[in-house]
Amino acid sequence: MERIPILRMGRHLLVTIQIDMQDQTALQLQEDLATMVEKTGAHGVLIDVSALEMVDSFIGRMLVSISDISRILGATTVVVGIRPAVAITLVELGLSLGGVKTALNVERGMAMLDAARVA
Amino acid sequence: MRTENQRLADLLRADHENILRGWTVEYHNYAEGRGLTQNVAAEQTAILQGLEAGLRGDGDAGNFNTGPWGTLRDTLAHLSRNRAAQGETADVTSGFVLALKRPIFDALQRQASGVEGQIDVIWTTSAIVDRMAQWTISTYQKTREEIIVRQQHELMELSTPVIKLWDGVLAVPVIGTLDSSRAQMVMESLLERLVETGSELAIIDITGVPTVDTLVAQHLMKTVTAIRLMGADSIISGIRPQIAQTIVHLGIDLQGIVTKSTLADALAAAMRMTGHTVSRNGN
Repeated sequence: MERIPILRMGRHLLVTIQIDMQDQTALQLQEDLATMVEKTGAHGVLIDVSALEMVDSFIGRMLVSISDISRILGATTVVVGIRPAVAITLVELGLSLGGVKTALNVERGMAMLDAARVA
Repeated sequence: MRTENQRLADLLRADHENILRGWTVEYHNYAEGRGLTQNVAAEQTAILQGLEAGLRGDGDAGNFNTGPWGTLRDTLAHLSRNRAAQGETADVTSGFVLALKRPIFDALQRQASGVEGQIDVIWTTSAIVDRMAQWTISTYQKTREEIIVRQQHELMELSTPVIKLWDGVLAVPVIGTLDSSRAQMVMESLLERLVETGSELAIIDITGVPTVDTLVAQHLMKTVTAIRLMGADSIISGIRPQIAQTIVHLGIDLQGIVTKSTLADALAAAMRMTGHTVSRNGN
Protein backbone atom coordinates (compact mmCIF):
# COMPACT_ATOMS: atom_id res chain seq x y z
CA MET A 1 0.00 0.00 0.00
CA GLU A 2 1.23 3.47 -0.81
CA ARG A 3 1.98 5.88 2.00
CA ILE A 4 1.76 9.64 1.72
CA PRO A 5 5.03 11.20 2.99
CA ILE A 6 4.83 13.81 5.75
CA LEU A 7 7.57 16.46 5.66
CA ARG A 8 8.64 18.55 8.59
CA MET A 9 9.37 22.25 7.99
CA GLY A 10 10.31 24.06 11.17
CA ARG A 11 7.24 24.06 13.38
CA HIS A 12 4.96 22.91 10.57
CA LEU A 13 4.17 19.62 8.89
CA LEU A 14 3.75 19.54 5.14
CA VAL A 15 1.73 16.91 3.29
CA THR A 16 1.50 16.95 -0.49
CA ILE A 17 -1.04 14.55 -1.89
CA GLN A 18 0.11 13.64 -5.39
CA ILE A 19 -1.97 10.58 -6.15
CA ASP A 20 -5.65 9.85 -6.16
CA MET A 21 -6.00 8.34 -2.71
CA GLN A 22 -7.72 5.12 -1.86
CA ASP A 23 -9.66 4.92 1.36
CA GLN A 24 -6.99 2.79 3.03
CA THR A 25 -4.25 5.28 2.11
CA ALA A 26 -6.35 8.08 3.53
CA LEU A 27 -6.88 6.30 6.83
CA GLN A 28 -3.17 5.57 7.03
CA LEU A 29 -2.39 9.25 6.43
CA GLN A 30 -4.80 10.25 9.17
CA GLU A 31 -3.06 7.95 11.60
CA ASP A 32 0.47 8.94 10.54
CA LEU A 33 -0.38 12.62 10.87
CA ALA A 34 -1.80 12.23 14.37
CA THR A 35 1.37 10.40 15.43
CA MET A 36 3.64 12.99 13.78
CA VAL A 37 1.85 15.97 15.35
CA GLU A 38 2.13 14.39 18.75
CA LYS A 39 5.79 13.40 18.27
CA THR A 40 7.07 16.70 16.81
CA GLY A 41 4.79 19.07 18.69
CA ALA A 42 4.03 20.81 15.38
CA HIS A 43 1.91 23.97 15.46
CA GLY A 44 0.61 23.75 11.96
CA VAL A 45 -0.32 21.14 9.34
CA LEU A 46 -0.47 22.12 5.69
CA ILE A 47 -2.16 19.73 3.28
CA ASP A 48 -1.63 20.47 -0.42
CA VAL A 49 -4.28 18.90 -2.63
CA SER A 50 -3.56 20.86 -5.81
CA ALA A 51 -2.65 17.65 -7.66
CA LEU A 52 -5.96 16.00 -6.87
CA GLU A 53 -8.45 15.98 -9.71
CA MET A 54 -11.07 14.12 -7.77
CA VAL A 55 -12.14 14.29 -4.15
CA ASP A 56 -14.99 12.05 -3.03
CA SER A 57 -17.08 12.30 0.10
CA PHE A 58 -14.74 9.94 1.98
CA ILE A 59 -11.65 12.06 1.35
CA GLY A 60 -13.71 15.16 2.14
CA ARG A 61 -14.69 13.71 5.49
CA MET A 62 -11.13 12.63 6.14
CA LEU A 63 -9.91 16.20 5.65
CA VAL A 64 -12.44 17.36 8.23
CA SER A 65 -11.40 14.70 10.74
CA ILE A 66 -7.67 15.38 10.23
CA SER A 67 -8.40 19.02 10.95
CA ASP A 68 -10.37 18.12 14.09
CA ILE A 69 -7.72 15.68 15.35
CA SER A 70 -4.94 18.22 14.84
CA ARG A 71 -6.90 20.88 16.64
CA ILE A 72 -7.28 18.60 19.67
CA LEU A 73 -3.53 17.99 19.56
CA GLY A 74 -2.91 21.74 19.41
CA ALA A 75 -2.10 22.28 15.72
CA THR A 76 -3.85 24.35 13.05
CA THR A 77 -4.66 22.64 9.73
CA VAL A 78 -4.84 24.45 6.40
CA VAL A 79 -5.93 22.71 3.20
CA VAL A 80 -4.50 24.47 0.13
CA GLY A 81 -4.94 24.31 -3.63
CA ILE A 82 -8.43 22.89 -4.00
CA ARG A 83 -9.15 23.06 -7.73
CA PRO A 84 -12.29 24.83 -9.05
CA ALA A 85 -13.75 21.58 -10.37
CA VAL A 86 -13.08 19.84 -7.07
CA ALA A 87 -14.61 22.73 -5.11
CA ILE A 88 -17.76 22.57 -7.24
CA THR A 89 -17.99 18.79 -6.81
CA LEU A 90 -17.64 19.07 -3.03
CA VAL A 91 -20.34 21.73 -2.89
CA GLU A 92 -22.66 19.62 -5.04
CA LEU A 93 -22.01 16.67 -2.72
CA GLY A 94 -23.11 18.92 0.14
CA LEU A 95 -19.69 18.90 1.79
CA SER A 96 -18.65 22.35 2.91
CA LEU A 97 -15.67 21.12 4.98
CA GLY A 98 -16.89 23.15 7.94
CA GLY A 99 -14.13 24.02 10.37
CA VAL A 100 -11.34 23.36 7.88
CA LYS A 101 -9.17 26.37 7.03
CA THR A 102 -8.42 26.77 3.33
CA ALA A 103 -5.99 28.82 1.26
CA LEU A 104 -5.44 29.41 -2.44
CA ASN A 105 -1.84 28.16 -2.59
CA VAL A 106 1.01 26.89 -0.41
CA GLU A 107 2.45 30.37 0.09
CA ARG A 108 -0.82 31.78 1.44
CA GLY A 109 -1.30 28.66 3.52
CA MET A 110 2.10 29.09 5.15
CA ALA A 111 1.36 32.75 5.89
CA MET A 112 -1.90 31.64 7.47
CA LEU A 113 -0.15 29.09 9.70
CA ASP A 114 2.43 31.66 10.79
CA ALA A 115 -0.33 34.13 11.60
CA ALA A 116 -2.22 31.48 13.56
CA ARG A 117 0.85 30.73 15.69
CA VAL A 118 1.34 34.40 16.60
CA ALA A 119 -2.31 34.82 17.55
CA MET B 1 -37.81 5.68 -65.83
CA ARG B 2 -41.50 5.79 -64.92
CA THR B 3 -43.81 7.35 -67.51
CA GLU B 4 -45.15 10.01 -65.16
CA ASN B 5 -41.61 11.05 -64.30
CA GLN B 6 -40.71 11.19 -67.97
CA ARG B 7 -43.77 13.25 -68.83
CA LEU B 8 -43.33 15.66 -65.95
CA ALA B 9 -39.63 16.16 -66.67
CA ASP B 10 -40.35 16.80 -70.37
CA LEU B 11 -43.11 19.21 -69.43
CA LEU B 12 -40.82 21.15 -67.09
CA ARG B 13 -38.28 21.56 -69.87
CA ALA B 14 -40.77 22.35 -72.67
CA ASP B 15 -42.89 24.83 -70.75
CA HIS B 16 -40.06 26.28 -68.63
CA GLU B 17 -40.80 29.96 -69.32
CA ASN B 18 -44.51 29.77 -68.61
CA ILE B 19 -44.03 27.79 -65.41
CA LEU B 20 -41.50 30.33 -64.14
CA ARG B 21 -43.80 33.21 -64.90
CA GLY B 22 -46.81 31.48 -63.34
CA TRP B 23 -44.80 30.63 -60.26
CA THR B 24 -43.68 34.24 -59.75
CA VAL B 25 -47.23 35.51 -60.06
CA GLU B 26 -48.60 32.86 -57.71
CA TYR B 27 -45.87 33.58 -55.15
CA HIS B 28 -46.45 37.32 -55.15
CA ASN B 29 -50.18 36.81 -54.80
CA TYR B 30 -49.61 34.60 -51.81
CA ALA B 31 -46.94 36.72 -50.13
CA GLU B 32 -48.83 40.01 -50.67
CA GLY B 33 -45.64 42.03 -50.68
CA ARG B 34 -44.15 40.37 -47.61
CA GLY B 35 -41.82 38.05 -49.45
CA LEU B 36 -38.27 38.72 -50.54
CA THR B 37 -37.80 39.68 -54.15
CA GLN B 38 -34.04 39.43 -54.52
CA ASN B 39 -32.60 36.40 -56.29
CA VAL B 40 -36.02 34.82 -56.61
CA ALA B 41 -35.59 34.11 -60.34
CA ALA B 42 -32.23 32.45 -59.80
CA GLU B 43 -33.62 30.33 -56.96
CA GLN B 44 -36.59 29.28 -59.05
CA THR B 45 -34.37 28.20 -61.94
CA ALA B 46 -32.14 26.22 -59.57
CA ILE B 47 -35.14 24.50 -57.99
CA LEU B 48 -36.63 23.58 -61.38
CA GLN B 49 -33.28 22.16 -62.48
CA GLY B 50 -33.03 20.14 -59.27
CA LEU B 51 -36.57 18.92 -59.69
CA GLU B 52 -35.94 17.80 -63.26
CA ALA B 53 -32.72 16.05 -62.27
CA GLY B 54 -34.55 14.22 -59.48
CA LEU B 55 -37.32 13.11 -61.82
CA ARG B 56 -34.88 11.87 -64.44
CA GLY B 57 -33.01 10.05 -61.67
CA ASP B 58 -36.19 8.04 -61.10
CA GLY B 59 -37.04 9.77 -57.81
CA ASP B 60 -40.49 9.94 -56.31
CA ALA B 61 -42.03 11.38 -53.15
CA GLY B 62 -41.26 8.18 -51.24
CA ASN B 63 -37.49 8.43 -51.64
CA PHE B 64 -37.19 12.20 -51.21
CA ASN B 65 -34.47 11.79 -48.58
CA THR B 66 -32.20 9.71 -50.80
CA GLY B 67 -29.86 9.93 -53.79
CA PRO B 68 -31.65 11.39 -56.84
CA TRP B 69 -32.98 14.36 -54.87
CA GLY B 70 -29.62 15.45 -53.43
CA THR B 71 -29.24 18.58 -55.54
CA LEU B 72 -32.82 19.70 -54.95
CA ARG B 73 -32.55 19.14 -51.21
CA ASP B 74 -29.33 21.19 -51.04
CA THR B 75 -30.88 24.01 -53.07
CA LEU B 76 -33.97 24.10 -50.86
CA ALA B 77 -31.94 23.90 -47.65
CA HIS B 78 -29.77 26.79 -48.80
CA LEU B 79 -32.84 28.86 -49.69
CA SER B 80 -34.52 28.03 -46.42
CA ARG B 81 -31.47 28.93 -44.33
CA ASN B 82 -31.12 32.25 -46.14
CA ARG B 83 -34.73 33.15 -45.57
CA ALA B 84 -34.67 32.14 -41.92
CA ALA B 85 -31.54 34.25 -41.40
CA GLN B 86 -33.19 37.23 -43.11
CA GLY B 87 -36.20 36.91 -40.84
CA GLU B 88 -38.82 35.86 -43.39
CA THR B 89 -41.82 34.08 -41.88
CA ALA B 90 -42.27 30.33 -42.10
CA ASP B 91 -45.52 30.51 -44.06
CA VAL B 92 -44.10 32.74 -46.81
CA THR B 93 -41.06 30.47 -47.09
CA SER B 94 -43.18 27.35 -47.53
CA GLY B 95 -45.65 29.30 -49.64
CA PHE B 96 -42.86 30.06 -52.06
CA VAL B 97 -42.31 26.36 -52.72
CA LEU B 98 -46.00 25.44 -52.72
CA ALA B 99 -46.69 28.18 -55.28
CA LEU B 100 -44.99 25.91 -57.82
CA LYS B 101 -47.93 23.49 -57.82
CA ARG B 102 -50.44 25.66 -59.62
CA PRO B 103 -48.29 26.61 -62.63
CA ILE B 104 -47.35 22.96 -63.23
CA PHE B 105 -51.02 21.98 -63.19
CA ASP B 106 -51.73 24.85 -65.61
CA ALA B 107 -48.99 23.60 -67.91
CA LEU B 108 -50.44 20.08 -67.78
CA GLN B 109 -53.83 21.46 -68.69
CA ARG B 110 -52.42 23.42 -71.61
CA GLN B 111 -50.52 20.37 -72.88
CA ALA B 112 -53.37 17.92 -73.24
CA SER B 113 -56.31 17.04 -71.12
CA GLY B 114 -57.88 13.67 -70.75
CA VAL B 115 -54.75 11.80 -71.76
CA GLU B 116 -54.32 8.48 -70.04
CA GLY B 117 -52.07 8.59 -66.99
CA GLN B 118 -52.78 12.29 -66.39
CA ILE B 119 -53.87 11.56 -62.83
CA ASP B 120 -50.55 9.80 -62.15
CA VAL B 121 -48.63 12.88 -63.29
CA ILE B 122 -50.80 15.16 -61.16
CA TRP B 123 -50.36 12.92 -58.13
CA THR B 124 -46.58 12.76 -58.59
CA THR B 125 -46.39 16.53 -58.94
CA SER B 126 -48.50 17.16 -55.88
CA ALA B 127 -46.68 14.64 -53.70
CA ILE B 128 -43.24 15.89 -54.67
CA VAL B 129 -44.04 19.57 -54.23
CA ASP B 130 -45.47 18.77 -50.80
CA ARG B 131 -42.29 16.95 -49.84
CA MET B 132 -40.27 19.93 -51.08
CA ALA B 133 -42.30 22.28 -48.88
CA GLN B 134 -41.93 19.99 -45.86
CA TRP B 135 -38.20 19.77 -46.36
CA THR B 136 -37.98 23.55 -46.65
CA ILE B 137 -39.92 24.06 -43.44
CA SER B 138 -37.93 21.54 -41.46
CA THR B 139 -34.67 23.17 -42.54
CA TYR B 140 -36.15 26.57 -41.75
CA GLN B 141 -37.07 25.44 -38.25
CA LYS B 142 -33.68 23.84 -37.68
CA THR B 143 -31.97 27.09 -38.67
CA ARG B 144 -34.16 29.10 -36.32
CA GLU B 145 -33.39 26.70 -33.47
CA GLU B 146 -29.67 27.04 -34.14
CA ILE B 147 -30.04 30.82 -33.98
CA ILE B 148 -31.87 30.56 -30.66
CA VAL B 149 -29.26 28.23 -29.15
CA ARG B 150 -26.46 30.54 -30.29
CA GLN B 151 -28.19 33.56 -28.84
CA GLN B 152 -28.76 31.79 -25.53
CA HIS B 153 -25.09 30.96 -25.41
CA GLU B 154 -24.08 34.52 -26.23
CA LEU B 155 -26.49 35.87 -23.65
CA MET B 156 -24.99 33.54 -21.08
CA GLU B 157 -21.46 34.72 -21.82
CA LEU B 158 -22.43 38.37 -21.98
CA SER B 159 -24.13 38.32 -18.65
CA THR B 160 -21.42 36.86 -16.46
CA PRO B 161 -18.16 38.79 -16.74
CA VAL B 162 -15.61 38.42 -13.97
CA ILE B 163 -13.99 41.79 -13.30
CA LYS B 164 -10.79 42.51 -11.46
CA LEU B 165 -11.71 45.43 -9.20
CA TRP B 166 -8.50 45.82 -7.24
CA ASP B 167 -5.33 43.92 -6.63
CA GLY B 168 -6.60 40.62 -5.22
CA VAL B 169 -10.27 41.59 -5.48
CA LEU B 170 -12.60 40.13 -8.14
CA ALA B 171 -16.22 41.09 -8.79
CA VAL B 172 -19.07 39.41 -10.68
CA PRO B 173 -22.06 41.60 -11.46
CA VAL B 174 -24.88 39.08 -11.94
CA ILE B 175 -27.57 40.45 -14.27
CA GLY B 176 -30.87 38.66 -14.84
CA THR B 177 -32.42 35.66 -13.17
CA LEU B 178 -29.95 33.33 -11.52
CA ASP B 179 -31.05 29.86 -12.63
CA SER B 180 -29.07 26.65 -12.23
CA SER B 181 -27.08 26.90 -15.46
CA ARG B 182 -26.28 30.58 -14.90
CA ALA B 183 -25.24 29.90 -11.33
CA GLN B 184 -23.02 27.06 -12.49
CA MET B 185 -21.45 29.31 -15.10
CA VAL B 186 -20.87 32.15 -12.61
CA MET B 187 -19.32 29.70 -10.17
CA GLU B 188 -17.02 28.12 -12.75
CA SER B 189 -15.76 31.33 -14.32
CA LEU B 190 -15.27 32.97 -10.92
CA LEU B 191 -13.31 30.02 -9.49
CA GLU B 192 -11.15 29.80 -12.61
CA ARG B 193 -10.30 33.48 -12.34
CA LEU B 194 -9.57 33.16 -8.63
CA VAL B 195 -6.88 30.60 -9.43
CA GLU B 196 -5.55 32.59 -12.41
CA THR B 197 -5.21 35.87 -10.56
CA GLY B 198 -4.49 34.47 -7.10
CA SER B 199 -7.15 36.78 -5.69
CA GLU B 200 -8.18 36.41 -2.08
CA LEU B 201 -11.56 38.11 -2.24
CA ALA B 202 -14.57 37.85 -4.53
CA ILE B 203 -17.57 40.19 -4.59
CA ILE B 204 -20.83 38.85 -6.01
CA ASP B 205 -23.07 41.77 -6.92
CA ILE B 206 -26.75 40.89 -7.28
CA THR B 207 -28.09 44.37 -8.04
CA GLY B 208 -29.25 43.09 -11.43
CA VAL B 209 -31.04 40.03 -10.07
CA PRO B 210 -34.77 40.84 -10.07
CA THR B 211 -35.91 38.33 -7.44
CA VAL B 212 -34.26 36.16 -4.85
CA ASP B 213 -36.11 32.99 -3.90
CA THR B 214 -34.92 29.98 -1.95
CA LEU B 215 -33.39 28.43 -5.08
CA VAL B 216 -31.39 31.54 -5.96
CA ALA B 217 -30.28 31.81 -2.35
CA GLN B 218 -29.18 28.19 -2.44
CA HIS B 219 -27.13 28.85 -5.59
CA LEU B 220 -25.51 31.83 -3.87
CA MET B 221 -24.68 29.76 -0.78
CA LYS B 222 -23.10 27.07 -2.96
CA THR B 223 -20.98 29.64 -4.76
CA VAL B 224 -19.88 31.17 -1.47
CA THR B 225 -18.99 27.73 -0.08
CA ALA B 226 -16.99 26.83 -3.20
CA ILE B 227 -15.09 30.12 -2.94
CA ARG B 228 -14.30 29.38 0.70
CA LEU B 229 -13.09 25.88 -0.22
CA MET B 230 -10.68 27.47 -2.67
CA GLY B 231 -9.30 29.51 0.21
CA ALA B 232 -10.75 32.90 -0.67
CA ASP B 233 -13.33 35.12 1.01
CA SER B 234 -16.50 36.50 -0.52
CA ILE B 235 -18.91 39.38 -0.13
CA ILE B 236 -22.44 39.52 -1.53
CA SER B 237 -23.47 43.05 -2.45
CA GLY B 238 -26.38 44.82 -4.12
CA ILE B 239 -29.09 43.47 -1.83
CA ARG B 240 -32.07 45.80 -2.25
CA PRO B 241 -34.43 46.48 0.68
CA GLN B 242 -37.23 44.36 -0.83
CA ILE B 243 -34.85 41.49 -1.38
CA ALA B 244 -33.56 41.75 2.19
CA GLN B 245 -37.17 41.51 3.36
CA THR B 246 -37.86 38.54 1.13
CA ILE B 247 -34.77 36.75 2.43
CA VAL B 248 -35.88 37.27 6.03
CA HIS B 249 -39.49 36.25 5.30
CA LEU B 250 -38.38 33.09 3.52
CA GLY B 251 -36.23 32.27 6.53
CA ILE B 252 -33.08 31.94 4.42
CA ASP B 253 -30.03 31.77 6.64
CA LEU B 254 -27.19 33.90 5.33
CA GLN B 255 -25.18 33.54 8.54
CA GLY B 256 -21.46 33.54 8.00
CA ILE B 257 -21.78 35.33 4.67
CA VAL B 258 -20.64 38.93 4.47
CA THR B 259 -23.35 41.05 2.84
CA LYS B 260 -23.35 44.71 1.84
CA SER B 261 -26.07 46.86 0.33
CA THR B 262 -24.03 48.40 -2.50
CA LEU B 263 -21.00 47.49 -4.55
CA ALA B 264 -19.25 50.61 -3.20
CA ASP B 265 -19.69 49.38 0.39
CA ALA B 266 -18.43 45.98 -0.66
CA LEU B 267 -15.33 47.51 -2.26
CA ALA B 268 -14.65 49.58 0.84
CA ALA B 269 -14.98 46.45 2.98
CA ALA B 270 -12.75 44.55 0.56
CA MET B 271 -10.05 47.23 0.81
CA ARG B 272 -10.18 47.04 4.59
CA MET B 273 -9.98 43.25 4.53
CA THR B 274 -6.97 43.29 2.20
CA GLY B 275 -5.25 45.92 4.33
CA HIS B 276 -5.61 48.95 2.05
CA THR B 277 -6.62 52.38 3.26
CA VAL B 278 -8.11 55.07 1.06
CA SER B 279 -7.60 58.73 1.90
CA ARG B 280 -8.51 61.96 0.13
CA ASN B 281 -5.55 63.93 -1.18
CA GLY B 282 -4.85 67.52 0.01
CA ASN B 283 -6.35 69.42 2.90
